[in-house]
Amino acid sequence: MDEIEKLSYEAAYEELEALVAQMENSELPLETSVALYERGQKLAAHCQALLEEAELKIKLVDEASADGGAPD
Amino acid sequence: MQTFSVRDITRYIRGLFDADSQLSALWVRGELSNLTKARSGHWYFTIKDAEAQLRCVMFRNAARTVRLDLRAGDEILVHGRVSVYEARGEYQLYADTIEAVGGAGDLHRQFEALKAKLEAEGLFDPARKRAIPAFPRRLGIVSSPTAAAWHDITNVLRRRFPLVEVVLSPTLVQGVEAPPQIARALERLNRRDDIDAIILARGGGSLEDLWCFNDERVARAVASSRIPVISGVGHEIDFTIVDFAADLRAPTPSAAAELATPNRDDLLLDLDRLRAGLTGSFGAALTDRIRALDRLRSTLVFVSPRRRIALAQRDLAAGGLRLGRATSLKLERLRERLANRSKALETASPQHILGRGYALVRNERGQLIREAAQVSENERLNVQLSKDRIMVRVEE
Repeated sequence: MDEIEKLSYEAAYEELEALVAQMENSELPLETSVALYERGQKLAAHCQALLEEAELKIKLVDEASADGGAPD
Repeated sequence: MQTFSVRDITRYIRGLFDADSQLSALWVRGELSNLTKARSGHWYFTIKDAEAQLRCVMFRNAARTVRLDLRAGDEILVHGRVSVYEARGEYQLYADTIEAVGGAGDLHRQFEALKAKLEAEGLFDPARKRAIPAFPRRLGIVSSPTAAAWHDITNVLRRRFPLVEVVLSPTLVQGVEAPPQIARALERLNRRDDIDAIILARGGGSLEDLWCFNDERVARAVASSRIPVISGVGHEIDFTIVDFAADLRAPTPSAAAELATPNRDDLLLDLDRLRAGLTGSFGAALTDRIRALDRLRSTLVFVSPRRRIALAQRDLAAGGLRLGRATSLKLERLRERLANRSKALETASPQHILGRGYALVRNERGQLIREAAQVSENERLNVQLSKDRIMVRVEE
């Protein structure tokens, strides 16, 4: 499993959705349930933090930067 | 019966006009008559044909852009919306553009010709339209950094989905220089591989202001963009060729930003729902296990050595009790027998016999007298009774 801090919102959200579905639909060993629950909580917290702490980043790509071949 | 005020029914009728999409933006062709250019700068006129006539008003800002030398009887095309002027109870065409039919600036004809041509080429084919990603990481914006549209878009994105990174590819969005610039701005973004969707935007303006979005070069650049394009040009009522070529048409720049991104508030609600699901499933899994554990534990207690010992102890205690009871019963019986014996003993004692009226007779030497031969005449004898004694003398 990937390190949660580095996941994009989309990746974290998709993993969380899949994880909740897995917990709802299958009988898992307790150890697995505990591990999934803990990871789920962390994924949710990560998503929430991304949503609440994000600040819109704005970049410019004009003639000079684009033609110079270095868009970033 | 319901009674309306004139104001209310007029407002109601106006609502019918304003809700009609056909009437909200249309071209009407007819003969110009009764043109009055008021001191305020507004124009009032009528267009008519053989069968009917339509009152028109053109407000100052729009009238200023008309370059035609208009005369009564001219065949013209008028663009605008039809609504009700409540104060006079009249419907009229609110004109924003006037074109001379067959003239060099026949924008309407150009528009229709280009639209038909590109449509025939399949540029507007619904099968070409690509989906906009649900969670875009990077959005390209093709607009002017000085335009209201740019500020509207960034405001919406800040509120809805600040996770997205915005890449502005600046361009003019008005005038003859604009079309090639817009095409290049789209190309710049298409050269990058990290843009999920592009918004091509410009705020509202006159038909001429928006004309660069009816340019063939711009339409082709949009259609050939590798990255999906959302158009957000003008106001709700404005339709441009670019709108048909884009993957998604938004009525305004702000609406384009909304269509391009999920809403943060919705996402937070989704997160709450997922969290509740997670906690619920985990809680259920725990509860199941605790129940199973409880069942096992009670079974274990039932078969445990401790319980057997406890049972044995209880039996033992019961036995001890019975034993104690039996012993004390025996003792009681012994005690009774002892009492009976001592009673018998007592009955046999001399004292007891004396009590029944017998007497012991002794001589003065203390010898017990059992027969008459032991005594002589005048001998004094001691007679012991139950409680006391008497002295007697033998007479014969």
